[in-house]
Order: sequence, then structure tokens, then C-alpha cells
Amino acid sequence: MDLSVLFFMSSGLFLGWSLGANDAANVFGTAVGTKMIKFSTAALICTIFVILGAVISGAGAAHTLSKLGDINALGGAFVAAFAAAAVVAWLTVLGLPVSTTQAIVGAIIGWNFFTGMATDFSVFKTIIGTWFISPVLTAFFSYFMYKGVSWWLNKQKVHLISLDALTRYSLIIAGVLGSYSLGANNIANVMGVFIGANPFTDVGFLSGLQILFFVGGITISVGIYTYGKRVMMTVGDSIAPLTPVGAVVVVLATSLVLFLFASEDLEFVLASLGLPTIPLVPVSSSQAVVGGVIGIALIKNASNIRWRVTGRIVVAWIQTPIVSALASFVMLFLVQNVFAITVFQKVEFQVSKPLLERHAKVLDVKSLESLIGKSYETSGALKNDVDKILPHAEYKAELNFVQEARMERITVDPAKFPELGKSGLLTQPQIDSVKSLSGKTFDYRWQLVDALAATSETWRMKEKTVLNKPYNKDVSQRLTIVMDLYTEKMK
Amino acid sequence: MNTANLSLFGRTKALEHKLDEFLDVLSECNIQFKAAITYFLEAGGNNAAAFQQKVKEVSTMESRGDDLRRTIEAELYEQALIPDFRGDVLSLLEDLDTLINMFEDNLINFAIENPQFPAELHKELKLLCEQVALSVESCVMSTRAFFRDINAVRDHSHKVMLYEKEADKLSIALKTAIFKIDLGLDQKAHLRNFVDKIDQLADEAEDVCDLLAIYTIKRAA
Repeated sequence: MDLSVLFFMSSGLFLGWSLGANDAANVFGTAVGTKMIKFSTAALICTIFVILGAVISGAGAAHTLSKLGDINALGGAFVAAFAAAAVVAWLTVLGLPVSTTQAIVGAIIGWNFFTGMATDFSVFKTIIGTWFISPVLTAFFSYFMYKGVSWWLNKQKVHLISLDALTRYSLIIAGVLGSYSLGANNIANVMGVFIGANPFTDVGFLSGLQILFFVGGITISVGIYTYGKRVMMTVGDSIAPLTPVGAVVVVLATSLVLFLFASEDLEFVLASLGLPTIPLVPVSSSQAVVGGVIGIALIKNASNIRWRVTGRIVVAWIQTPIVSALASFVMLFLVQNVFAITVFQKVEFQVSKPLLERHAKVLDVKSLESLIGKSYETSGALKNDVDKILPHAEYKAELNFVQEARMERITVDPAKFPELGKSGLLTQPQIDSVKSLSGKTFDYRWQLVDALAATSETWRMKEKTVLNKPYNKDVSQRLTIVMDLYTEKMK
Repeated sequence: MNTANLSLFGRTKALEHKLDEFLDVLSECNIQFKAAITYFLEAGGNNAAAFQQKVKEVSTMESRGDDLRRTIEAELYEQALIPDFRGDVLSLLEDLDTLINMFEDNLINFAIENPQFPAELHKELKLLCEQVALSVESCVMSTRAFFRDINAVRDHSHKVMLYEKEADKLSIALKTAIFKIDLGLDQKAHLRNFVDKIDQLADEAEDVCDLLAIYTIKRAA
């Protein structure tokens, strides 16, 4: 086992600890804050189901795509994960609920700035949108759901003791499901970047990947046990006093908002039934849960809301990606220059005739012909040149062009064919299609994708519609398996 | 084997049953007290077997009430139930238990001190007991409503206040009558003391309802 991999993995483990210490509050904050569930019980349930979620569902193809995977060197991923983890840990010590994902996105932006890679600034729009949309939507839902639940309870005349039991069981069930999805959805953020350098091998019925995620799950659990209570008490007690029924409503409202506004599965079901779909918007459970508590406090007594605490939380949300980006940038500088650790792999971006032809529909490629043959070390440098020639180019189209200019020179090596079937996710026609390209070399990644699509229908994307989304997602996940096999692994 | 603990809501239902049983005990004490006073007055003293029987029954019920209260309190604490209302429910149970104790104390005092109420006061005394019984019964219903239907708490509590006022009027009338009758001052003071003690039951019921009104506001909030 390469010891340096273990060293690099340590920051992933730190990120896991921070995630557990902060995000467990989204699931159990209201239950523990209202004293309906003891912290030790909540921590135990959360631990078990976070690990189960990480090992059983986290290792599925849908979840293994790591955000930090945009970074191309293990040293860089180590620093970015460490920066994000440090920011989340700092805010956890202050007891403030923040989004770990936004800390990671911030750290990646720091890496982009440091390495000169082009950054998709629309990600900021998404994050800022989340700060408003998540709490407002959840506050709205929890407000009306609490009114509805109160009306129902009045009508049903439930005994105080039965209500207590009902509330407790609801909180436990919601906690179990929430913990499972916390593990399944976030483990890739913690350990996903190390999949390529996984030091573990298959043991019994557990795959090496599952063992890697199991280790990540354990660090999340350690985070919950050692520091989870502080943020839980902020969410469940410090923002505004909450009743046990209110605690359940907050958890339900948060889940409902995530389900209605962030679930592609629901969008697909509605579309297949011929019903109008609900527009998908970016939502974060850390921010949603805060909105949920405020929504209930608005019904009870708005003067009970501690606006100072709420203000500190909002400031922490804003700080998360910004401080994370800055920390990542500074730490990358130190690590590269003081410790001489590689934080990014050299890459080459080149404009060619086929690339221009590919983008002819969305960009004025004629004026870009002067760039043919020029080689760039970063996407940022290429983007600058494109900006000079086409100052009014459509932002997304330009970004896509720059990203697709990356030269990878992928050779379809027949020696790797036996590994294609190992994942069990590729169909025989898909494997045959890859084999038909044996020995061929492609300059750009998209050329290989196009070649695969030309040889087999199974690699072809369908028209971009809501109904075709799951199919296209599935094809692109299978393509990732092929690309991971033939492109260089993170070092 | 106790199967109550095996089902999901078994323990909850068992605890609810204990709370209901505790309130049943109070309600029964209330009925038995009224009956005991009637037997006492009709028999002209504490020798009546029926009265003695009622004293015994109330005493047994008081012990049962204590057991139930202790068990309920222990379960509420051990299982950390109703965290937001546990304190309120515990003090409510203590106050209701005081009412049960007062019923028992009153009857024991009747049995020991054997107060001799002149026949012309029997009707008023029975009326006073009737009003006290009504106020305590409304207090029990108000407490049951607190657990199941908080909207009804106010209706019952309101009745307790009305019955308590009536009981006050009757006790004043009774005490005035006692001091108008040709009796020794010691006997007048003795009888007045019993009237006061009976009236205090209605006062205590009213105090419970006053607190209940606050607990209800908290629960509805």
C-alpha cells in the first residue's frame, strides 16, 4: 500500500469529520434540540445509517461522481478537501449550520484560480440562489404544514402521551432516512476523489470501493459523536424555541422541499404522466432546515426568533464558499512552493479544425481560426484569447468550447478490454462498441464519445427532454466508466 | 406476560391508561365522599357501617392514587417523555393528588371527631357537598381534556369556577346559620371548621384549574 495515498486521504477523512459534525444537525437537530431524542441515541442512529447509506447506496454509479474530481492531481484534491474541511470545522466549532457542498465548491474555485483554469461563474449564481430559495421555500412549507398538522391534531384529539410517542417515532424514522441519504449522497464528496487511488482491495462481500466508503462513513460518525451536538442545538434550540411537533414539521418540510424541487425522479414521474413538472431549483438541506425553524416560529411568535443567531448563520453561509476559496488558494500556494507537492497536472488545450466545426452553431468560429495550432497550459489562458476575439460570446457556449479544447490523446488500449466488463454496468453491445475502436487514438474526449455513438446506438444520447433525462444520465455514467479506464488516473 | 410492552404503542397506551385510572380514582373519591357524608348525616354520626365502609374505600383509593402517581412520574422521567410538558404534568398530578388526600383527611376527621350537625343544617351541608362534588368532577373533566382535547379545557374550567363560587356562598350561609343556632362556641367552631374543610376542596379544584389554564395556553402556543 502506498503510504502517500493514506496521507492524501487524511484530508478526505477530515472532511468526513466536518461533514458529520455539521450536517447531522440537518437530520437530528430539531429532535435533539427539543429534547425528544437524546443526543447519544441520535448519534447512534445517525452513525449506523450514515455508514449503511455510504456503503450500500454511496458506491452506486449515480453517487461516485465527486465534485473534487474536477481537480486533476491528488495533492490538489488533498489541499482543496483540507481547506473545505477546515472552513466547515471552524464554523462547526462556532455551532453554525453550513453547507459542506458549498465549501467544497469554494475550494475547487480556489484551485481553479490558483491553476489558471477557467471557472464557471454561474456556480456562484446557484449558490446565492440556494441561500434564498432553500430557507424561503422551507419556511413557506413548514408554515402551512404546521397549520395543517395543528388542525388535524385538534380534530383527532390525540392524547398528549400518544402524540409524544407519535412525534418521537416520526423523528426517528425521518432521522433514519435522513442519515441514510446523508451517507449515500455525501460520501462521494468525502472519499470520491480517492476512488482512483483506492488502497483497499475486495474483502469478502465488500468491494474495495465499499471499504473506502466504509472508512469515510466512520469518519462522518466520529464527527457526529465528537462535535455534532453543538450545531444540533443551534438548529433545534437557538434560532427559535421549537415544540416537538414543530420539530417533526421542520424535518418533513425540509425533506418535502428537497423532494419536490431537487428530485429528478419526481420530475420524470410527473412528465411521464403527462403532468406539468415542478422546476428544479438548487436547494441545500443545511439552509432549508434553518428556514423551516423560522417558518414555525413565525406562526408561534415572531418575536421569539433570535435574529442575532439567524444573522450569524446567514453570514456563515456567505463566508463558507468565499473563505473556502481563499483558504484553498493560499494553502495550494504553500503546499506547492514550500512542500514541493504537485497540486495540478499539466494539461494541454488546443484549438483545432474539428473542434471549431463542432462549435460552429453556437460560436463565430471563423474568427477563432487564428487560434488553430496554438497550445495553452490552462483553460483560463485559452478563454482569455477567445474573450479578446469574441468579447460578446455566449458565456456557457464559450466555456463549453474552452473545456472541450482539452487534449487528452486517448488510445483505446485492447489490453484493458477485460476490465470493461468488471463494473457489470456496461452492456455487451456497449463493450463490443468500445472493442471496435481498438488501437485508435482520439485527441479530444468528445471525439471518443462521438466515435462510440457512431458505432453503437447504445452510446447515443437522446434529445434533451425531461423524459429522456434518466436515459441520458445513465449513458453518461457508463461513458464515465469507459473514460476512467482510458484516461490518466489522478496522481 | 405483559404484552403491552411488545407492541409499538403498547407502553404509551399503558401510561395513558394509568393517567386515566388516576383521574378515575379522583372521580370515585369525589363520589364516595359525597355518599359518605350523606350516610354520616342520615345515621346521625360516625357509627353507621355504610359510612365506615366509605371511609375505608376512600382510604384504599388514596393509596392506589399515590401508587399510580408515583408510577406515572417515574415513567415520565425514566423514558424522558413529553419533555416540554413534563414539569406541568408532574405538578398537575401532585395537585390532583392533594385533592384525593383532602377527601381522605376530611372523612377521617369526620370519623374521629364525629361533628354533630343539627338536623336543620343537613340540607345545606348536603348542598355544599353537591357543589363541591360538581366542581371536582369538572376539574377532572378539565384535566382529561388537557390531555386529549385542549379546546374543551376552558369549558370545564369555567364550570369549576361557577361551582366554586356557589360552594363559597353555601359555606358562608352555612357558617352564618351555625353561629345563629343555640350551641356552645366550641361546637360552633368545630362545625365551622368542617364546613371550611369541605369548601376547601372546591377551592383546591379551582386552583388546579387556574394552573391548567396556563398549561393549556402553553400547550396551544
